[in-house]
Amino acid sequence: MPEIKVTPLGAGQDVGRSCILVSIGGKNIMLDCGMHMGYNDDRRFPDFSYITQNGRLTDFLDCVIISHFHLDHCGALPYMSEMVGYDGPIYMTHPTKAICPILLEDFRKITVDKKGETNFFTSQMIKDCMKKVIPLNLHQTVQVDDELEIKAYYAGHVLGAAMVHIKVGSESVVYTVSVNKFALCHSGAAWIDKCRPDILISESTYATTIRDSKRCRERDFLKKVHETIERGGKVLIPVFALGRAQELCILLETFWERMNLKAPIYFSTGLTEKANHYYKLFITWTNQKIRKTFVQRNMFEFKHIKAFDRSYADNPGPMVVFATPGMLHAGQSLQIFKKWAGNDKNMVIMPGYCVQGTIGHKILNGQRKLEMEGRSTLDVKLQVEYMSFSAHADAKGIMQLIRMAEPRNMLLVHGEAAKMEFLKGKIEQEFNCYMPANGETVAVTTNPSVPVDISLNLLKREMTLGGPLPDPKKPRTMHGTLIMKENLVSSEQALKELGLNEHQLRFTCRVQLQDPHSDSDTLHRIYTHLKSVLKDYTIQHLPDGTVMVESIVIKVSSSAEDANAKVLLLSWSYQDEDLGSYLSSLLKKGLPT
Amino acid sequence: MAAHLKKRVYEEFSKVVQIPHEEAPAKKLRLSKPSKSAALHIDLCKAASATDALQYLLEFARKPVEAESVEGVIRILLEHYYKETDNSVRLKIASLLGLLSKTNGFSPDCVVDDVINTLGNEKSHQVLAQLLESLLVIGGQLPESPAVRRRLVQVACKLLSDTNFGVRNKCLQLLGFLGTVETPLTKDGEGPSSSLGGVRDVQSIISTYFSDQDPRVRTAALKAMLQLHERGMKIHQIIYEQACRLLSDDYEQVRSAAVQMVWVLSQLYPESIVPIPSSNEEIRLVDDAFGKISHMVSDGSWMVRVQATKTLGSMLQVSPHFLEQTLDKKLMSDLRRKRTAHERAKELFASGEFSSGRKWADDAPKERLDTNTVNLIASGACGAFVHGLEDEMFEVRIAAVEALCQLARSSPSFAEKCLDFLVDMFNDEIEEVRLQSIHVLREISTHITLREDQLDTVLAVLEDSSRDIREALHELLCYTNVSTKECIQLALLELLKNLNKYPTDRNSVWKCLKFLGSRHPTLVLPLVPELLSTHPYFDTPEPDMDDPAYIAVLVLVFNAAKSCPTMPALFSDHTFRHYAYLRDSLSHLVPPLRLPGRKQVYSLDSVDSGCGSGSVESAKLFLQQSLNRVSTIQNLETPGAQDLLNFTIRDLQRLGELQTELAGAADFCATFLRCQLLLMKALQEKLWNMAVPLCPKQNVTATAAAQQILEETYKLEFLYNGLESRQVATIHHVRLQAKALQLVLTARTRPGLDLLIGSCEKFLQEIESFQRMFLTELPHLQDSFVDKLLEIMPRLLSCKPVELVKILQTTLRQSGLLQLRLPEQIHRATATIIEPTGESDNPLRFTSGLVVALDIDATLEHVQDPQDKVKVQVLYPDGQSHVIHPKPADFRKPGPTRHRLITQVYLSHTAWTEPSQVEVRLLLAYSSSSSSPSSSNKSGWSDSIDGLPPAEAAVEGTIPFSKPVKVFIMPKPARR
Repeated sequence: MPEIKVTPLGAGQDVGRSCILVSIGGKNIMLDCGMHMGYNDDRRFPDFSYITQNGRLTDFLDCVIISHFHLDHCGALPYMSEMVGYDGPIYMTHPTKAICPILLEDFRKITVDKKGETNFFTSQMIKDCMKKVIPLNLHQTVQVDDELEIKAYYAGHVLGAAMVHIKVGSESVVYTVSVNKFALCHSGAAWIDKCRPDILISESTYATTIRDSKRCRERDFLKKVHETIERGGKVLIPVFALGRAQELCILLETFWERMNLKAPIYFSTGLTEKANHYYKLFITWTNQKIRKTFVQRNMFEFKHIKAFDRSYADNPGPMVVFATPGMLHAGQSLQIFKKWAGNDKNMVIMPGYCVQGTIGHKILNGQRKLEMEGRSTLDVKLQVEYMSFSAHADAKGIMQLIRMAEPRNMLLVHGEAAKMEFLKGKIEQEFNCYMPANGETVAVTTNPSVPVDISLNLLKREMTLGGPLPDPKKPRTMHGTLIMKENLVSSEQALKELGLNEHQLRFTCRVQLQDPHSDSDTLHRIYTHLKSVLKDYTIQHLPDGTVMVESIVIKVSSSAEDANAKVLLLSWSYQDEDLGSYLSSLLKKGLPT
Repeated sequence: MAAHLKKRVYEEFSKVVQIPHEEAPAKKLRLSKPSKSAALHIDLCKAASATDALQYLLEFARKPVEAESVEGVIRILLEHYYKETDNSVRLKIASLLGLLSKTNGFSPDCVVDDVINTLGNEKSHQVLAQLLESLLVIGGQLPESPAVRRRLVQVACKLLSDTNFGVRNKCLQLLGFLGTVETPLTKDGEGPSSSLGGVRDVQSIISTYFSDQDPRVRTAALKAMLQLHERGMKIHQIIYEQACRLLSDDYEQVRSAAVQMVWVLSQLYPESIVPIPSSNEEIRLVDDAFGKISHMVSDGSWMVRVQATKTLGSMLQVSPHFLEQTLDKKLMSDLRRKRTAHERAKELFASGEFSSGRKWADDAPKERLDTNTVNLIASGACGAFVHGLEDEMFEVRIAAVEALCQLARSSPSFAEKCLDFLVDMFNDEIEEVRLQSIHVLREISTHITLREDQLDTVLAVLEDSSRDIREALHELLCYTNVSTKECIQLALLELLKNLNKYPTDRNSVWKCLKFLGSRHPTLVLPLVPELLSTHPYFDTPEPDMDDPAYIAVLVLVFNAAKSCPTMPALFSDHTFRHYAYLRDSLSHLVPPLRLPGRKQVYSLDSVDSGCGSGSVESAKLFLQQSLNRVSTIQNLETPGAQDLLNFTIRDLQRLGELQTELAGAADFCATFLRCQLLLMKALQEKLWNMAVPLCPKQNVTATAAAQQILEETYKLEFLYNGLESRQVATIHHVRLQAKALQLVLTARTRPGLDLLIGSCEKFLQEIESFQRMFLTELPHLQDSFVDKLLEIMPRLLSCKPVELVKILQTTLRQSGLLQLRLPEQIHRATATIIEPTGESDNPLRFTSGLVVALDIDATLEHVQDPQDKVKVQVLYPDGQSHVIHPKPADFRKPGPTRHRLITQVYLSHTAWTEPSQVEVRLLLAYSSSSSSPSSSNKSGWSDSIDGLPPAEAAVEGTIPFSKPVKVFIMPKPARR
């Protein structure tokens, strides 16, 4: 039976370094090519040697598909294509293609320039890699080759994120990572056809979470900011450059507009500006509200949000500042934090998770005295808030996706093993669910129906033979030879094409019969007997001493020893097997006296 | 022409009053009948190719065919139909058959059989479908003929096995539209059950197509079933299961129709019991359906989601247990149950803790969840509204809000529960959703009391920049119950903030505080010293009386004091003074109070308020009496009549000011009487005795009077609301008198005969049209001007213009005063411009040649269809005027008879040297059949009234109905 094989090289029972190999209908596809943020050694990238020990990957992969621009989904791409070696097509959506190189370049700068690593991909490599990318449009079916086709669906999550439907023949796989069902600020909700794939590969980061209403969270956030502004305090929001930052910007921008507020909002410069530019361009990828208001004003052309300058931090009066990085461990956000920490009117809002050891983590845990470099301490008087905005799907979202696509099997990746177990248990109440570890292969047998072409001649002949028109609701058997390479033709034509002679296959059998009559009488009695039993068949008594029933020949010969013991010779061709065997069994019973 | 016209009028008049004027055009049409169908026939025969024939048919379809010739045309079409080999032409013919059958007055029963016969040997599926469509139309035209219906149903059943989806679709439509369920609901004598014996039950036939392979056919089957239901057929419960299965169809249209179907069944059989699959429990059907439709709220297609959400709102019979599930969304974090933000807020509120969410992991999950209780996939009703309210598409969210409203109105406990969710919606990103949820909360506000934390969220919206939202919120606060005095304080604080930020909201805020105060007197009481900043020992400075914020506070306090007699003891001296002032200046906001030591005020107020309904009655009586008194005036020349009229008009005007309920009626009467008075005065002028050539000077007053009467009559007719045809006839009558006066005056001033003949003719036409229009009212107009004229009509028609004028003059002088009968309810359309106020001294500066937008905010009372009628007029100092039609979307309807116009008008002008005032006013446009001749008359006579200055700001066909507001503007020359 045909199988679809799925092997995660990364992201199997793990978060980060997403990279999944799929073999479907003889095609090998790599889904995502991410890196792991937590490692700085070889474990950072997926283990491509799993595919081949040496040499390039081009021969082994038919295509690579990138779902969205987060580094844990595309970070290893230049490494794979340029350093390991892959020249085949790489597919991603237009926004992903636009933003991905910015992030890769940034990542490269940090690793090479800041940390001083060598043996890392270069800017040129990123450029070369991006040249191999073929952009996808949503709902556009792309033929990778004659059999393999892929189609992208809108996935929400971040700008340009897509679900991919991969199809070979009647076998198909849907790959989706970080589906966002409930629309957050700037991205719409995911949607997919009822395409009934064999496997749905889905993330499960928040597999055990069902989140509260987004409106509650938004309101909380806005209320806190608003109150602080009204008090005359300053609000610092440390963010990572992409996705979340834009979301919060839109949120604040609309709120400012709605409430007619005047306090300035600043955005710290950097790569975000470039990204904002792309957000402006790909407005169709965002949610209903932004798409609707776009005619009047592009939401990403922020009216209230201005670029931040270092000197603004000392300005009096209320303000809101977005600054990178998100965990307050270095850079601008930390500088501003130090300036503002002493005033209890001010506030810092951490919109995401903070890694242990960072200042962000410390203050979130209630530490009020921070040790800075140079043995100085910093009194934290400002208010510290935590805000959870995450664009990952919760368990309900995944379930809804399942309902929409109706897959036959489910495969969970990109999540922690313990949490996946729970979801797996839930899903298995309804159908199969897998959660392979890295390097572990899951094989799912499929039962694809094989369509066969039938030659027109054969069909016509069958029609002339068969009398009335075929009834589409009833199956009908017919004769023919299946030529695997082409189509179904008549057996004569097949023989002719193959250059073979037709062989007759005949069965003969002897039946012993006790009959006192002469041979010819016996024959005649057989004739009359058969005539009475088989009414619908043509039965002939031929003058040469044989009885023909259709094409079956019956002869009678008496044995030498016993004149009464007659031997009947039956001979039938392979085609009349049914009738022949019936006759032989009939005659074995003897003739009626 | 003139002679001919006269003759006709004469003929008609000399006949009986019956007017057979419709016949003449009908005759004309009939003449063309044979030629038309014949022409079609010839055209079709001539047509060389299919394209030509199609062209002819298309042209033919554009022209209407009269009822008598339809049958002939159909026969010709059918004849060609049989001859025609081209599919498209046959298709067009088939569609024409349907079109023609719709002709008014044509009964298609004679062609039914012919059309059905064509079905027999039709090969093309499209044509078949079109023929069925035409049959559908024919069937619709013959609702009373069961035989035809039965016939058509049989045809439809026969063709149901067609392979083409279109044909099956149409068959199902036919069945749904015409079929009857075998056992008829009512036992009438038709007895279709016996005659239908051979045919299977229509419903079961339709339901077999629920599982058709084509989704379009499945949809059509569901729709047909729904149509059966709409036509009052009893749908059987058997199909419930099938319909439920279709809820998970692959195609959205099917799912959408299935949602409706399930809903219909749930309404029909709410109490029947259905089993739950995979368990042996049973539940009520309506609950089951509710669960299933709730499930559709998370459907993939947003159309289905909207449909499902809307439907949920109308399932009022559902058990409360299921209803409450819709708001349930178990939160889960790492398999631990987490409290929702709502629960947390509630707890915080209960524990009295003030801060919220200060700490990291404040919302950390607590108890451990049993994994088996978390139901993820088959959620049923669970959290349906939670999903709906968080949907991506705002259409779904609005539908969810509306559904919540409907359900909450019928269930107070549900209202209490959904409060949190509705309040949440106040923060939606789309304005419509916010507005809708505010309205909804107002509607259910009788059931609820807002908690402090909820109020906090609600009040945050007061800073919204959208005026609609703020006003809706004020409206909501008017009806809200709050629980503590802190809430009142909070609300007042936020409202004052609002007032500070958006001073234009003044009126709305005050009104809101008025209700807030009168609703919660006991909660306001402990706040009074703080609010009025009084001190037990020290005198505090007297606050500024012009401060809107201070007035707002006072409005709150005074309204609370109305039902709290102990409160005035807390007032300081200046408060009493301010009370007296506000009671006078803002009497609609400040109620009468029983204040110690203010006896006079008290007694006067009691008179005002004490009479109540009795005063209305007496006022009505007074009105009637005055009218009766006036009606005693027999003739316009009776001595003392003028004085009586003068006094009555004065009385009525005063009455209108005192009794707001009767203001419309009193105004109406006063205006009417003024018209009469003017007429009287005009007729008693000395000029009538003077020789014609001497009097052009004196003429002016009479002409002006005639003009004014005309204008007043238009006001009477169009400005008042609730007139009956009798009053309209009276008004028209006065207008006719005014026109007669004008005619007479023209005749006296201008001896030119040609002009006079034209005017006379017009006048006669008008009499004629008056007679036509108010045929039924004529008996009431006995002995009036018109009555007299009609009596001598034959003479008028034949006489010379000069004679006519003479007759008119005498009739005018002799005719009596018409008695005015008052209708039940009569209201005057009024408009008040709230914004701009016209008080600003700062001119609006803009560059000349460019435009400046001026915000207009006005309330309109008793205006019907303001979208079409109300216009804004801008009058520049140089006399230029400019009429602007506001967009229909600028009108809002806050009350049943009230409209609100919030719009922007664009002003532009060339440069001025000084800032100057433009006038803005609202106009009520009217148009009636009689208004167009009047305008032509005016232009016809315009050269005769040279001396009369054009009425200021008179706009053709419009009545100014608001006080003009002056706005200072200053167009500056463009800087280069």
